[in-house]
Amino acid sequence: MQQFPCPFCGPRPEDEFRYAGDAGRPRPGRDASDAEWAAYLYFGRNARGAARELWIHSYGCGRWIELSRDTVSHVVDGAKPMNP
Amino acid sequence: MRLASGGEIDRGTPLAFRFDGADLEGYAGDTLASALLANDVQPLARSFKYHRPRGLLAAAHEEPNAVLDLRHGAYHDPNARATLELLAAGMELRSVHARGTAQRDALAFLDRCWRFIPAGFYYKTFMWPGWKWFEPAIRRMAGRGVVDPSYHPRAQPQRYLNADLCVIGAGAAGLAAAQAGLRRGLRVVLVEQRTRCGGTLLWRSARIDGEPAMRWVAAVERELRSGGAEVLLCTTALGLYDHGLLALSERMGDATGGARERVWQLRARQVVLASGAIERPLLFGDNDRPGVMLADSALEYLRRYAVRAGERVVVATGNDSAYAVAEALQAAGARCVLVDARADGALAAAARTQGIEVRANERVACAVGRDRVRAVRLASGATVEADLVAMAGGWTPLIHLYCHARGRPRWDAARGAMLPGDPVHGLAVAGAANGADSLQQALEQGVAAAGGAAGSTPRAEEAAFGWGGEPDIAQAFTTPRVWVDLQHDVTVKDVALAVRENFSAAEHLKRYTTLGMATDQGRTSNVNGLAVLADRTGREISTLGVTTFRPPFVPVGMAALAGADRGELQAPLRRLPAENVHRAEGAALLDYGNLLRPAWYGDRETALARECRAARTEAVVLDASSLGKIEVLGPDAAALLDFVFYTRISTLAPGRLRYGLALAESGGIFDDAVVLCVSPRHFVVSCSSGHVAAMVANLEAWREDRFDLARVFVHDATPQWATLAISGPQARRVISALELGIDLADGAFLHMSARDGVFAGVPARIARVSFTGERGYEVSVPADRCAELWGRAREAGARPLGVEALGVLRVEKGYIFVGQDTDGETMPQDIGMGQARLARQDAFVGDRSLFLPAAARAGRRQLVGVSALGEAPLAVGAHAVVRDGASERSIGFVTSSYFSILLGRPIALALIEDGAARHGETLEFEHLGARSAGRLVPPCLHDPRGERLNA
Ligand SMILES: [Zn+2]
Repeated sequence: MQQFPCPFCGPRPEDEFRYAGDAGRPRPGRDASDAEWAAYLYFGRNARGAARELWIHSYGCGRWIELSRDTVSHVVDGAKPMNP
Repeated sequence: MRLASGGEIDRGTPLAFRFDGADLEGYAGDTLASALLANDVQPLARSFKYHRPRGLLAAAHEEPNAVLDLRHGAYHDPNARATLELLAAGMELRSVHARGTAQRDALAFLDRCWRFIPAGFYYKTFMWPGWKWFEPAIRRMAGRGVVDPSYHPRAQPQRYLNADLCVIGAGAAGLAAAQAGLRRGLRVVLVEQRTRCGGTLLWRSARIDGEPAMRWVAAVERELRSGGAEVLLCTTALGLYDHGLLALSERMGDATGGARERVWQLRARQVVLASGAIERPLLFGDNDRPGVMLADSALEYLRRYAVRAGERVVVATGNDSAYAVAEALQAAGARCVLVDARADGALAAAARTQGIEVRANERVACAVGRDRVRAVRLASGATVEADLVAMAGGWTPLIHLYCHARGRPRWDAARGAMLPGDPVHGLAVAGAANGADSLQQALEQGVAAAGGAAGSTPRAEEAAFGWGGEPDIAQAFTTPRVWVDLQHDVTVKDVALAVRENFSAAEHLKRYTTLGMATDQGRTSNVNGLAVLADRTGREISTLGVTTFRPPFVPVGMAALAGADRGELQAPLRRLPAENVHRAEGAALLDYGNLLRPAWYGDRETALARECRAARTEAVVLDASSLGKIEVLGPDAAALLDFVFYTRISTLAPGRLRYGLALAESGGIFDDAVVLCVSPRHFVVSCSSGHVAAMVANLEAWREDRFDLARVFVHDATPQWATLAISGPQARRVISALELGIDLADGAFLHMSARDGVFAGVPARIARVSFTGERGYEVSVPADRCAELWGRAREAGARPLGVEALGVLRVEKGYIFVGQDTDGETMPQDIGMGQARLARQDAFVGDRSLFLPAAARAGRRQLVGVSALGEAPLAVGAHAVVRDGASERSIGFVTSSYFSILLGRPIALALIEDGAARHGETLEFEHLGARSAGRLVPPCLHDPRGERLNA
């Protein structure tokens, strides 16, 4: 089990968090094409290696966290609030 | 036999126990294995496949044979590991795999059929007519201990710990590492699976800083304990996971009077793996016979338990470390013959001065004897009598945890061992596990691994040690039956067969032969298996690759893993504040999505009809306390709700309620809720009971994503408030008897509006809303006043209504239950709520999805009512089938179905392709092969104009 540095609560075990998708993927407006909207809904980056991810500290402060995490080595090198 | 003195055992405390019905005696400090060996119990097990007689190979976790059924008072372990479990008085041991006992096994004949049951035999032979026909009988013959289903071990909650430095193994390297860490001011945890610190120093003679090594061990242990380090004895590291998380299994003995194993979760910044190395068996004929043992283990039994495992001993070796074993056994009264594959030398000369016969340039070709070894035949043809064959085939470093951490081992040909390859972040390997060549080097590596100063390393002297190089396979092919994996009965012949059938990669060999797949993970067999594989394929061991080690390092009990998380604690039930009142009313309390709610009251047969009738003709009271009461507060509260809900909320006037849908981004209905506007800056979302947590998370998610956190706040007040829903034609009379202090006249208090009142001196909120289609009121009071409110409503004439009758009443009205009458694809227009899709231009969750081609295509499943034409209700899940060319296909399914007392016939809701346009059609519904007919109708079958809401 990984350990994530919540900016509000400090280092906490992974099972207190819920994964919430890639960071930095803005929600398209209603004028988006079908393809753009479908990409937003269904096509995550699924990065191998360095990734920016959103996690929710569901069983802690409840806040959304942006993690910089390597999906292969699982090394976490940064966490900040999504909405500071 | 047991020596008169020496060892760690307490001869003053004899312990009586039984094995396979025989009364035996051991001493405090014995393991089950040492006590059995002292009583000369051989064989004590039968092998997995051939039911061969088996004895002890080893003295610790690497032991493949000695798995026993252990009963002790109320305690039962069907797979107790005899080398790890400590003996206690009154233990009842049984051999597990034999039909009968280990000494008399009715299945022993299987061994005579060995030629006909090689590796892969079962899969090749029992293919026709199907493996499943043979599997039960074969499984009964195989396998180990039998679980007693009536036995429920005591719960032992898991423990959690944090450390700066965790050291695995309290041998020389581990103690040096722990000491160095402590002296650097680190919080240190030292994990040792034996009962004492010392590792091999417990049985191998050495001196550290000029004193017997065990004095140094005791001094370091004292320093650690007094310095605040945690020393966990009898504890095995099961696995190393991400970010320094270790799972540990602590064997607690009898101290707790029941649960004997406890799992720890330990998070360490730095891990030092000092788990040592175990000895490797030699490959020769019938090398699995009882009495064939690892030399190092024979020495551990001798030194720690004062058990001399044989009187006439052959020590077979190709390296230096066996000489100390032969000398110790000789000194303890045995007669030793050393068989060394190497040329004569100085060590041999020294051994001869002890009276040991040394045969250089010689190997053991095979063991002689059946239920126990009687002699060995040597490669030269000579026979030597022996009741103990001590094998020293080289060493296998225990690097499992390095592999758990995704380290890649490399083959070290000089040492004949897999050693850690590239370093792994946060993990250092030290001592024999890291290929240390001497005690001195082990100490140095330990100090360095913990970041200690090199100058602080103590000075060590020891007897000769040798790694031994690559496995000696000179005698692996000279006799037909040479064991590689004792626990899974895999022989050299099986490996050769696998290669002939082209399963010649290490991973394929493992799967074809099951080599290394037993509970010991092949720790005494993998390297020998690779050596045979390399020989048969003409390749180097270094090119064969390695199989992956996975946790747990040793078997762990499911009960220990579960810890306290069992029974109701595994998934704690939520309970209503007035549960005791419902019990007193005769309620049947059932689990609805982890929430215990009254399903019906009184007699089950008549309850449904009685409760439905009361709801339509009198007044009923339903405990709806679990309905969501999510407060959304702040100047942006309406904006957040407008975004999260498909139904516009911001246009609600204070004091009014609105039924609304919330969608997922895919456009599917996420939940429905009744939203109350208390004021323009204060709303209350009342969503369905099972969706409260998800609705709160959804509101929070979008709040965090798009809103100024200082301008809107979400607070879940669901548990603080109890809610009773009172409905029926007589509901207003009941409400007025509650004296809530509000004007109940219909002109003053409209349907879908709310008022604040007072109930018995505490604040109450009263909402006019209906789940049944009749006039309805929901009264919310502080949770601790629920029982009182219930009592007053009952006195005023309301009858209790359970969840099951509520189901009938809502289906009569066509009210959906999100998640039951909808699925992830159901959009608002599919349940007749498509208006807002076209009316709203602003952004809301799921907005764009409602205009994808999929949202407009023909053939979407839509909500309909079904009037069943038969006597019985349709089955929930029954499919509507239609002809489609030559075949039939499903066009939808029943989602809710009941017998309606009110209508006198079975009714249902269903999701049917283009259902809204098919009202009046009769369809065939199929469930489990049976068919019945139903006519599609509008979902609402009772009072479609809603006149009864004000009746
Ligand atoms: Zn947090």
